[in-house]
Amino acid sequence: MRYSALRILKEGLTGNRGWQPAWREPEPKPEYDIVIIGGGGHGLSTAYYLAKEFGERKVAVLEKGWLGSGNVGRNTTIIRSNYLLEGNQPFYEFSLKLWEGLEQDFNYNAMVSQRGILNLCHSDPQRDAFVRRGNAMRLSGADSVILGPDEVRRMCPYLDHESARFPITGALWQPRGGTVRHDAVAWGYARGADQRGVDIIQNCEVTGFDIRDGRCLGVETAKGPIKARKVAMCVAGSSSRVAALAGMRLPIESHVLQAFVSEGLKPVLPGVITFGAGHFYVSQSDKGGLVFGGDIDGYNTYAQRGNLPVVEDVCEGGMAIMPMIGRARLLRMWGGVMDMSMDGSPFIDRTHVEGLYLNAGWCYGGFKATPASGYCYAHLLATGQSHETARSFRLDRFRLGAMIDEKGVGAQPNLH
Amino acid sequence: MIINHPLLGPRDSAEFVVLGDACLIDRPDGMNATFEELHDYAYVRDNPAGEHRELWYHEQGDRSWLVVTRSTLTHEVIKVDLARDVARARGRSR
Repeated sequence: MRYSALRILKEGLTGNRGWQPAWREPEPKPEYDIVIIGGGGHGLSTAYYLAKEFGERKVAVLEKGWLGSGNVGRNTTIIRSNYLLEGNQPFYEFSLKLWEGLEQDFNYNAMVSQRGILNLCHSDPQRDAFVRRGNAMRLSGADSVILGPDEVRRMCPYLDHESARFPITGALWQPRGGTVRHDAVAWGYARGADQRGVDIIQNCEVTGFDIRDGRCLGVETAKGPIKARKVAMCVAGSSSRVAALAGMRLPIESHVLQAFVSEGLKPVLPGVITFGAGHFYVSQSDKGGLVFGGDIDGYNTYAQRGNLPVVEDVCEGGMAIMPMIGRARLLRMWGGVMDMSMDGSPFIDRTHVEGLYLNAGWCYGGFKATPASGYCYAHLLATGQSHETARSFRLDRFRLGAMIDEKGVGAQPNLH
Repeated sequence: MIINHPLLGPRDSAEFVVLGDACLIDRPDGMNATFEELHDYAYVRDNPAGEHRELWYHEQGDRSWLVVTRSTLTHEVIKVDLARDVARARGRSR
Protein backbone atom coordinates (compact mmCIF):
# COMPACT_ATOMS: atom_id res chain seq x y z
CA MET A 1 0.00 0.00 0.00
CA ARG A 2 1.35 3.41 -0.97
CA TYR A 3 0.88 6.22 1.51
CA SER A 4 -0.31 9.52 0.07
CA ALA A 5 -2.60 12.43 0.85
CA LEU A 6 -5.16 10.93 -1.51
CA ARG A 7 -4.99 7.65 0.40
CA ILE A 8 -5.64 9.41 3.71
CA LEU A 9 -8.64 11.16 2.17
CA LYS A 10 -10.01 7.94 0.74
CA GLU A 11 -9.52 6.00 3.98
CA GLY A 12 -11.03 8.85 5.95
CA LEU A 13 -14.17 8.73 3.83
CA THR A 14 -14.48 4.94 4.04
CA GLY A 15 -14.07 4.44 7.79
CA ASN A 16 -10.31 3.78 7.77
CA ARG A 17 -10.94 0.11 7.05
CA GLY A 18 -8.26 -0.29 4.39
CA TRP A 19 -5.10 0.25 6.46
CA GLN A 20 -2.85 -2.75 6.83
CA PRO A 21 0.12 -3.54 9.10
CA ALA A 22 3.25 -1.85 7.80
CA TRP A 23 5.18 -5.13 7.67
CA ARG A 24 4.54 -8.88 7.90
CA GLU A 25 5.56 -11.11 10.79
CA PRO A 26 7.00 -14.12 8.98
CA GLU A 27 8.51 -17.26 10.46
CA PRO A 28 12.15 -17.75 9.46
CA LYS A 29 12.84 -19.88 6.38
CA PRO A 30 15.60 -22.50 6.70
CA GLU A 31 17.89 -20.67 4.29
CA TYR A 32 18.62 -17.17 2.99
CA ASP A 33 21.21 -15.56 0.76
CA ILE A 34 21.93 -12.87 3.33
CA VAL A 35 21.05 -12.83 7.03
CA ILE A 36 21.39 -9.50 8.82
CA ILE A 37 21.76 -9.68 12.60
CA GLY A 38 20.11 -6.67 14.22
CA GLY A 39 16.83 -4.96 13.38
CA GLY A 40 17.84 -1.44 14.32
CA GLY A 41 18.19 1.52 12.01
CA HIS A 42 21.37 0.30 10.32
CA GLY A 43 20.21 -3.31 9.93
CA LEU A 44 16.87 -2.30 8.46
CA SER A 45 18.40 0.24 6.09
CA THR A 46 20.93 -2.40 4.98
CA ALA A 47 18.07 -4.77 4.18
CA TYR A 48 16.16 -2.01 2.39
CA TYR A 49 19.05 -1.03 0.13
CA LEU A 50 20.01 -4.68 -0.50
CA ALA A 51 16.51 -5.30 -1.82
CA LYS A 52 15.98 -1.98 -3.57
CA GLU A 53 19.36 -1.02 -5.00
CA PHE A 54 21.14 -4.35 -5.31
CA GLY A 55 18.26 -6.66 -6.23
CA GLU A 56 18.80 -9.16 -3.41
CA ARG A 57 15.61 -11.19 -2.95
CA LYS A 58 16.37 -13.68 -0.18
CA VAL A 59 17.26 -11.49 2.78
CA ALA A 60 16.29 -11.80 6.45
CA VAL A 61 16.72 -9.40 9.37
CA LEU A 62 16.94 -11.09 12.77
CA GLU A 63 16.08 -8.92 15.76
CA LYS A 64 16.47 -10.01 19.38
CA GLY A 65 13.73 -7.73 20.71
CA TRP A 66 11.33 -5.63 18.68
CA LEU A 67 12.12 -3.42 15.70
CA GLY A 68 13.99 -0.30 16.61
CA SER A 69 14.18 -1.24 20.30
CA GLY A 70 17.80 -0.15 20.53
CA ASN A 71 19.69 3.00 19.71
CA VAL A 72 17.56 4.09 16.75
CA GLY A 73 14.93 5.03 19.34
CA ARG A 74 17.36 6.28 22.00
CA ASN A 75 19.33 9.00 20.21
CA THR A 76 18.86 12.76 19.93
CA THR A 77 17.75 12.58 16.26
CA ILE A 78 20.38 14.92 14.81
CA ILE A 79 21.62 14.67 11.23
CA ARG A 80 24.66 16.56 9.96
CA SER A 81 27.80 16.18 7.87
CA ASN A 82 30.30 18.41 9.62
CA TYR A 83 33.29 16.13 9.99
CA LEU A 84 36.89 17.01 9.25
CA LEU A 85 38.80 13.97 8.06
CA GLU A 86 38.88 12.56 4.57
CA GLY A 87 37.93 9.08 5.77
CA ASN A 88 34.74 10.37 7.39
CA GLN A 89 33.37 13.50 5.75
CA PRO A 90 32.45 12.17 2.25
CA PHE A 91 30.62 9.28 3.92
CA TYR A 92 28.55 11.55 6.18
CA GLU A 93 27.81 13.90 3.29
CA PHE A 94 26.61 10.89 1.28
CA SER A 95 24.40 10.06 4.26
CA LEU A 96 22.99 13.58 4.43
CA LYS A 97 22.16 13.44 0.73
CA LEU A 98 20.31 10.17 1.30
CA TRP A 99 18.40 11.78 4.19
CA GLU A 100 17.32 14.58 1.87
CA GLY A 101 15.55 12.18 -0.48
CA LEU A 102 14.63 9.55 2.05
CA GLU A 103 10.93 10.18 2.60
CA GLN A 104 10.13 10.17 -1.12
CA ASP A 105 12.37 7.15 -1.57
CA PHE A 106 10.74 4.91 1.01
CA ASN A 107 7.31 6.56 0.99
CA TYR A 108 7.13 7.23 4.70
CA ASN A 109 6.97 10.42 6.70
CA ALA A 110 10.20 10.50 8.69
CA MET A 111 9.82 14.22 9.44
CA VAL A 112 13.25 15.05 8.03
CA SER A 113 13.68 18.68 9.03
CA GLN A 114 16.74 20.58 7.80
CA ARG A 115 16.62 23.28 10.42
CA GLY A 116 20.38 23.74 10.59
CA ILE A 117 23.12 22.97 13.09
CA LEU A 118 25.11 25.69 14.80
CA ASN A 119 28.49 24.81 16.35
CA LEU A 120 29.46 27.68 18.62
CA CYS A 121 33.08 28.71 19.11
CA HIS A 122 34.49 30.65 22.03
CA SER A 123 38.02 31.66 21.10
CA ASP A 124 40.02 32.70 18.06
CA PRO A 125 41.90 29.38 17.70
CA GLN A 126 38.61 27.51 17.88
CA ARG A 127 37.22 29.73 15.15
CA ASP A 128 40.29 28.97 13.03
CA ALA A 129 39.68 25.25 13.57
CA PHE A 130 36.05 25.69 12.50
CA VAL A 131 37.12 27.54 9.35
CA ARG A 132 39.36 24.60 8.51
CA ARG A 133 36.52 22.18 9.20
CA GLY A 134 34.11 24.25 7.15
CA ASN A 135 36.53 24.10 4.22
CA ALA A 136 36.89 20.33 4.63
CA MET A 137 33.11 20.06 4.54
CA ARG A 138 32.94 22.05 1.33
CA LEU A 139 35.57 19.85 -0.30
CA SER A 140 33.15 16.94 0.10
CA GLY A 141 30.30 18.94 -1.40
CA ALA A 142 28.64 19.78 1.90
CA ASP A 143 27.49 23.25 2.90
CA SER A 144 29.11 25.31 5.64
CA VAL A 145 28.90 28.91 6.74
CA ILE A 146 31.17 30.73 9.17
CA LEU A 147 29.19 33.19 11.26
CA GLY A 148 30.54 36.11 13.24
CA PRO A 149 29.37 36.97 16.76
CA ASP A 150 26.77 39.49 15.54
CA GLU A 151 25.15 36.98 13.22
CA VAL A 152 25.00 34.39 16.00
CA ARG A 153 23.42 37.01 18.27
CA ARG A 154 20.75 37.78 15.68
CA MET A 155 20.03 34.11 15.20
CA CYS A 156 20.00 33.12 18.88
CA PRO A 157 19.58 36.21 21.09
CA TYR A 158 18.98 34.14 24.25
CA LEU A 159 22.46 32.57 24.42
CA ASP A 160 25.01 33.90 26.89
CA HIS A 161 27.05 35.87 24.36
CA GLU A 162 29.06 37.95 26.83
CA SER A 163 30.09 35.22 29.24
CA ALA A 164 33.38 36.26 30.84
CA ARG A 165 34.80 32.77 30.56
CA PHE A 166 33.36 31.56 27.24
CA PRO A 167 32.17 34.50 25.11
CA ILE A 168 30.70 33.45 21.75
CA THR A 169 33.16 34.49 19.06
CA GLY A 170 31.30 32.94 16.15
CA ALA A 171 29.97 29.69 14.86
CA LEU A 172 30.17 27.05 12.16
CA TRP A 173 26.71 26.73 10.68
CA GLN A 174 25.50 23.90 8.48
CA PRO A 175 22.04 24.91 7.20
CA ARG A 176 21.39 21.43 5.74
CA GLY A 177 21.82 19.71 9.11
CA GLY A 178 18.75 19.11 11.23
CA THR A 179 16.62 16.52 12.94
CA VAL A 180 14.58 13.48 11.96
CA ARG A 181 11.78 11.58 13.67
CA HIS A 182 13.98 8.65 14.70
CA ASP A 183 11.41 5.86 15.22
CA ALA A 184 9.89 6.61 11.83
CA VAL A 185 13.26 5.91 10.25
CA ALA A 186 13.20 2.34 11.57
CA TRP A 187 9.55 1.91 10.61
CA GLY A 188 9.99 3.39 7.15
CA TYR A 189 12.99 1.21 6.33
CA ALA A 190 11.25 -1.86 7.78
CA ARG A 191 8.15 -1.25 5.68
CA GLY A 192 10.19 -0.57 2.55
CA ALA A 193 12.31 -3.70 3.04
CA ASP A 194 9.28 -5.86 3.83
CA GLN A 195 7.49 -4.68 0.68
CA ARG A 196 10.48 -5.86 -1.33
CA GLY A 197 10.39 -9.34 0.16
CA VAL A 198 12.78 -9.05 3.12
CA ASP A 199 11.74 -11.26 6.06
CA ILE A 200 11.94 -9.24 9.28
CA ILE A 201 11.94 -11.67 12.19
CA GLN A 202 11.51 -10.20 15.65
CA ASN A 203 12.13 -11.90 19.01
CA CYS A 204 14.79 -14.01 17.33
CA GLU A 205 18.08 -13.75 19.20
CA VAL A 206 21.21 -15.09 17.52
CA THR A 207 22.86 -17.52 19.93
CA GLY A 208 25.76 -18.75 17.82
CA PHE A 209 27.41 -19.04 14.41
CA ASP A 210 27.88 -22.10 12.25
CA ILE A 211 31.51 -21.65 11.29
CA ARG A 212 33.37 -24.50 9.58
CA ASP A 213 36.83 -24.33 8.03
CA GLY A 214 36.93 -20.57 8.38
CA ARG A 215 33.63 -20.14 6.59
CA CYS A 216 30.34 -18.94 8.07
CA LEU A 217 27.47 -21.14 6.90
CA GLY A 218 24.67 -19.73 9.01
CA VAL A 219 23.50 -18.80 12.50
CA GLU A 220 21.92 -20.52 15.48
CA THR A 221 18.91 -18.60 16.73
CA ALA A 222 16.17 -18.76 19.33
CA LYS A 223 13.94 -19.96 16.49
CA GLY A 224 16.32 -22.67 15.26
CA PRO A 225 19.27 -22.74 12.86
CA ILE A 226 19.20 -20.60 9.72
CA LYS A 227 21.56 -21.17 6.81
CA ALA A 228 22.98 -18.22 4.92
CA ARG A 229 25.54 -17.53 2.20
CA LYS A 230 26.45 -14.32 3.96
CA VAL A 231 25.90 -13.25 7.57
CA ALA A 232 26.02 -9.54 8.42
CA MET A 233 26.47 -8.36 12.01
CA CYS A 234 24.81 -5.00 12.59
CA VAL A 235 24.38 -4.70 16.34
CA ALA A 236 26.23 -1.56 17.44
CA GLY A 237 26.15 -1.35 21.23
CA SER A 238 26.43 -5.13 21.52
CA SER A 239 28.98 -5.78 18.77
CA SER A 240 31.58 -7.27 21.12
CA ARG A 241 29.03 -9.73 22.54
CA VAL A 242 27.83 -10.97 19.16
CA ALA A 243 31.33 -11.04 17.64
CA ALA A 244 32.51 -13.07 20.65
CA LEU A 245 30.11 -15.82 19.52
CA ALA A 246 32.23 -16.00 16.36
CA GLY A 247 35.44 -16.06 18.38
CA MET A 248 36.35 -12.45 17.61
CA ARG A 249 37.68 -9.69 19.86
CA LEU A 250 37.01 -6.17 18.60
CA PRO A 251 38.70 -2.77 19.04
CA ILE A 252 35.56 -1.60 20.84
CA GLU A 253 34.34 -0.78 24.35
CA SER A 254 30.65 -0.39 25.21
CA HIS A 255 29.76 2.88 26.93
CA VAL A 256 26.54 4.64 27.86
CA LEU A 257 25.45 7.99 26.43
CA GLN A 258 22.65 9.79 28.23
CA ALA A 259 20.04 12.06 26.69
CA PHE A 260 17.40 14.32 28.16
CA VAL A 261 14.14 15.95 27.14
CA SER A 262 12.31 18.81 28.86
CA GLU A 263 8.58 19.40 29.07
CA GLY A 264 7.00 20.75 25.88
CA LEU A 265 7.61 24.47 25.30
CA LYS A 266 6.66 26.99 22.64
CA PRO A 267 9.05 27.17 19.67
CA VAL A 268 12.27 28.77 20.85
CA LEU A 269 15.23 27.05 19.17
CA PRO A 270 15.56 27.39 15.40
CA GLY A 271 17.80 24.35 15.00
CA VAL A 272 20.51 22.37 16.72
CA ILE A 273 22.99 24.29 18.89
CA THR A 274 26.25 22.89 20.25
CA PHE A 275 28.36 24.46 23.00
CA GLY A 276 32.00 24.69 21.99
CA ALA A 277 33.58 24.88 25.43
CA GLY A 278 31.83 22.00 27.18
CA HIS A 279 29.99 18.98 25.98
CA PHE A 280 26.39 20.10 25.51
CA TYR A 281 24.05 20.16 22.53
CA VAL A 282 20.37 20.93 22.26
CA SER A 283 17.54 21.02 19.77
CA GLN A 284 13.78 21.33 20.07
CA SER A 285 11.51 18.51 19.01
CA ASP A 286 8.35 19.13 17.02
CA LYS A 287 6.38 18.41 20.20
CA GLY A 288 8.25 21.27 21.85
CA GLY A 289 10.54 19.42 24.22
CA LEU A 290 14.15 20.57 24.45
CA VAL A 291 16.18 17.49 23.53
CA PHE A 292 19.72 17.71 24.85
CA GLY A 293 22.74 15.67 25.79
CA GLY A 294 26.47 15.71 26.37
CA ASP A 295 29.34 13.37 26.96
CA ILE A 296 29.40 9.61 27.55
CA ASP A 297 29.71 8.44 31.16
CA GLY A 298 33.17 7.05 30.56
CA TYR A 299 33.11 3.52 32.00
CA ASN A 300 32.29 0.22 30.28
CA THR A 301 28.62 -0.63 30.59
CA TYR A 302 25.79 -2.46 28.89
CA ALA A 303 23.14 -0.97 31.19
CA GLN A 304 20.94 1.47 29.29
CA ARG A 305 21.21 4.05 32.04
CA GLY A 306 23.90 6.38 33.27
CA ASN A 307 24.89 8.07 36.51
CA LEU A 308 24.38 11.49 38.06
CA PRO A 309 27.84 13.09 37.61
CA VAL A 310 27.28 13.29 33.85
CA VAL A 311 23.75 14.64 34.38
CA GLU A 312 25.32 17.44 36.40
CA ASP A 313 27.99 18.04 33.75
CA VAL A 314 25.42 18.27 30.95
CA CYS A 315 23.20 20.64 32.93
CA GLU A 316 26.19 22.84 33.77
CA GLY A 317 26.97 23.05 30.07
CA GLY A 318 23.37 24.00 29.36
CA MET A 319 23.32 26.67 32.02
CA ALA A 320 26.64 28.07 30.82
CA ILE A 321 25.55 28.66 27.24
CA MET A 322 21.77 28.98 27.46
CA PRO A 323 20.84 30.20 30.95
CA MET A 324 17.10 30.20 30.21
CA ILE A 325 17.19 26.40 30.07
CA GLY A 326 17.25 26.54 33.87
CA ARG A 327 13.54 27.47 33.79
CA ALA A 328 12.60 24.30 31.90
CA ARG A 329 11.66 21.20 33.82
CA LEU A 330 13.19 17.88 32.83
CA LEU A 331 10.63 15.38 31.62
CA ARG A 332 12.64 12.28 30.80
CA MET A 333 16.20 11.03 30.64
CA TRP A 334 17.56 7.80 29.26
CA GLY A 335 20.74 6.10 28.11
CA GLY A 336 21.85 4.16 25.08
CA VAL A 337 24.76 1.75 24.79
CA MET A 338 27.44 2.82 22.32
CA ASP A 339 30.15 0.88 20.51
CA MET A 340 33.06 3.20 21.34
CA SER A 341 35.85 2.30 18.95
CA MET A 342 39.55 2.90 19.47
CA ASP A 343 39.70 5.89 17.12
CA GLY A 344 36.13 7.14 17.35
CA SER A 345 35.22 5.96 13.84
CA PRO A 346 33.10 3.01 12.66
CA PHE A 347 33.71 -0.26 10.85
CA ILE A 348 32.00 -1.52 7.69
CA ASP A 349 34.09 -4.46 6.61
CA ARG A 350 34.43 -8.19 6.11
CA THR A 351 35.95 -10.28 8.92
CA HIS A 352 38.60 -13.00 9.01
CA VAL A 353 35.74 -15.53 8.67
CA GLU A 354 34.61 -15.89 5.06
CA GLY A 355 30.97 -14.93 4.63
CA LEU A 356 30.83 -13.04 7.93
CA TYR A 357 30.63 -9.25 7.82
CA LEU A 358 30.80 -6.51 10.43
CA ASN A 359 29.07 -3.15 10.76
CA ALA A 360 29.99 -1.68 14.16
CA GLY A 361 31.79 0.98 16.16
CA TRP A 362 29.43 3.90 15.54
CA CYS A 363 30.35 5.59 18.82
CA TYR A 364 27.68 8.21 19.55
CA GLY A 365 27.28 9.22 15.90
CA GLY A 366 25.34 6.33 14.46
CA PHE A 367 21.95 7.88 13.88
CA LYS A 368 22.98 10.43 11.26
CA ALA A 369 24.84 7.64 9.47
CA THR A 370 21.82 5.33 9.20
CA PRO A 371 21.12 5.70 5.45
CA ALA A 372 24.74 5.64 4.28
CA SER A 373 25.70 2.89 6.71
CA GLY A 374 22.94 0.71 5.28
CA TYR A 375 23.75 1.65 1.70
CA CYS A 376 27.49 1.05 2.05
CA TYR A 377 27.00 -2.19 3.99
CA ALA A 378 24.56 -3.40 1.32
CA HIS A 379 27.12 -2.43 -1.32
CA LEU A 380 29.79 -4.51 0.42
CA LEU A 381 27.47 -7.49 0.93
CA ALA A 382 26.11 -7.48 -2.60
CA THR A 383 29.18 -6.61 -4.66
CA GLY A 384 32.03 -7.74 -2.42
CA GLN A 385 33.57 -4.27 -2.74
CA SER A 386 33.55 -1.41 -0.25
CA HIS A 387 31.52 1.62 -1.30
CA GLU A 388 33.81 4.49 -2.29
CA THR A 389 32.78 6.59 0.73
CA ALA A 390 33.29 3.77 3.25
CA ARG A 391 36.69 2.41 2.19
CA SER A 392 38.42 3.78 5.25
CA PHE A 393 36.17 1.96 7.73
CA ARG A 394 38.40 -1.11 7.74
CA LEU A 395 38.54 -3.45 10.69
CA ASP A 396 42.32 -3.81 10.31
CA ARG A 397 43.10 -0.10 10.19
CA PHE A 398 44.91 -0.14 13.55
CA ARG A 399 47.21 -2.80 12.19
CA LEU A 400 47.89 -0.58 9.17
CA GLY A 401 48.25 2.65 11.10
CA ALA A 402 45.32 4.10 9.16
CA MET A 403 43.23 5.33 12.08
CA ILE A 404 40.49 7.92 11.52
CA ASP A 405 40.85 9.85 14.74
CA GLU A 406 38.74 13.05 14.45
CA LYS A 407 39.64 14.18 17.96
CA GLY A 408 43.24 13.02 17.91
CA VAL A 409 43.15 11.46 21.37
CA GLY A 410 44.48 8.01 20.49
CA ALA A 411 43.31 4.56 21.52
CA GLN A 412 41.20 5.72 24.46
CA PRO A 413 37.54 5.01 23.65
CA ASN A 414 36.05 7.07 26.48
CA LEU A 415 37.75 10.23 25.20
CA HIS A 416 36.35 10.08 21.65
CA MET B 1 28.48 4.78 41.74
CA ILE B 2 30.37 4.68 45.01
CA ILE B 3 33.90 3.30 44.87
CA ASN B 4 35.10 1.73 48.12
CA HIS B 5 38.64 2.99 48.08
CA PRO B 6 40.87 0.58 50.04
CA LEU B 7 42.61 3.46 51.83
CA LEU B 8 40.06 6.29 51.85
CA GLY B 9 36.75 4.47 52.18
CA PRO B 10 33.66 5.16 50.05
CA ARG B 11 34.29 7.84 47.38
CA ASP B 12 32.06 9.26 44.65
CA SER B 13 32.87 7.92 41.18
CA ALA B 14 33.00 11.51 39.90
CA GLU B 15 36.39 11.87 41.62
CA PHE B 16 37.87 9.24 39.30
CA VAL B 17 39.04 8.91 35.73
CA VAL B 18 38.54 5.53 34.06
CA LEU B 19 41.36 4.19 31.91
CA GLY B 20 39.82 0.88 30.86
CA ASP B 21 40.28 -2.88 31.10
CA ALA B 22 42.70 -3.93 33.87
CA CYS B 23 44.47 -6.12 31.31
CA LEU B 24 46.39 -2.90 30.55
CA ILE B 25 48.54 -3.78 33.59
CA ASP B 26 49.98 -6.66 31.60
CA ARG B 27 51.87 -4.58 29.09
CA PRO B 28 54.03 -6.67 26.76
CA ASP B 29 57.76 -6.09 26.91
CA GLY B 30 58.36 -3.63 24.09
CA MET B 31 61.81 -5.09 23.36
CA ASN B 32 60.56 -8.65 22.89
CA ALA B 33 56.85 -8.52 22.09
CA THR B 34 55.47 -9.56 18.73
CA PHE B 35 53.52 -7.19 16.51
CA GLU B 36 50.31 -9.08 17.34
CA GLU B 37 50.87 -8.81 21.10
CA LEU B 38 51.42 -5.06 20.93
CA HIS B 39 48.48 -4.54 18.55
CA ASP B 40 46.11 -6.51 20.78
CA TYR B 41 47.36 -4.76 23.91
CA ALA B 42 46.81 -1.30 22.45
CA TYR B 43 43.63 -1.80 20.45
CA VAL B 44 41.64 -4.96 21.26
CA ARG B 45 39.42 -5.48 24.30
CA ASP B 46 37.21 -8.27 25.69
CA ASN B 47 34.42 -5.79 26.55
CA PRO B 48 32.37 -8.36 28.51
CA ALA B 49 28.75 -8.03 29.61
CA GLY B 50 29.01 -8.88 33.30
CA GLU B 51 31.98 -8.78 35.62
CA HIS B 52 34.72 -6.47 34.38
CA ARG B 53 38.04 -5.57 36.00
CA GLU B 54 39.12 -2.04 35.15
CA LEU B 55 41.68 0.60 36.05
CA TRP B 56 40.37 3.72 37.83
CA TYR B 57 42.59 6.69 38.71
CA HIS B 58 41.67 8.77 41.78
CA GLU B 59 42.50 12.08 40.13
CA GLN B 60 40.45 14.26 42.48
CA GLY B 61 41.70 12.37 45.53
CA ASP B 62 44.91 10.64 46.51
CA ARG B 63 45.93 9.97 42.88
CA SER B 64 46.17 6.25 43.43
CA TRP B 65 45.41 3.73 40.71
CA LEU B 66 42.72 1.19 41.60
CA VAL B 67 41.56 -2.06 40.05
CA VAL B 68 37.77 -1.91 40.31
CA THR B 69 35.80 -5.10 39.68
CA ARG B 70 32.38 -4.02 38.53
CA SER B 71 29.34 -5.41 36.75
CA THR B 72 28.79 -3.80 33.36
CA LEU B 73 25.16 -4.92 33.48
CA THR B 74 24.13 -3.46 36.86
CA HIS B 75 26.97 -1.00 37.73
CA GLU B 76 27.42 -2.90 41.02
CA VAL B 77 30.95 -2.45 42.39
CA ILE B 78 32.06 -5.91 43.49
CA LYS B 79 35.65 -5.41 44.61
CA VAL B 80 38.24 -2.64 44.78
CA ASP B 81 42.00 -3.22 45.06
CA LEU B 82 45.02 -0.98 44.83
CA ALA B 83 46.42 -1.44 41.33
CA ARG B 84 49.88 -1.48 42.91
CA ASP B 85 49.00 -4.65 44.85
CA VAL B 86 47.47 -6.29 41.79
CA ALA B 87 50.48 -5.46 39.64
CA ARG B 88 52.95 -6.69 42.28
CA ALA B 89 51.02 -9.95 42.67
CA ARG B 90 51.46 -10.40 38.91
CA GLY B 91 55.19 -9.79 39.16
CA ARG B 92 55.03 -6.42 37.39
CA SER B 93 57.14 -4.48 39.86
CA ARG B 94 59.72 -4.75 42.61
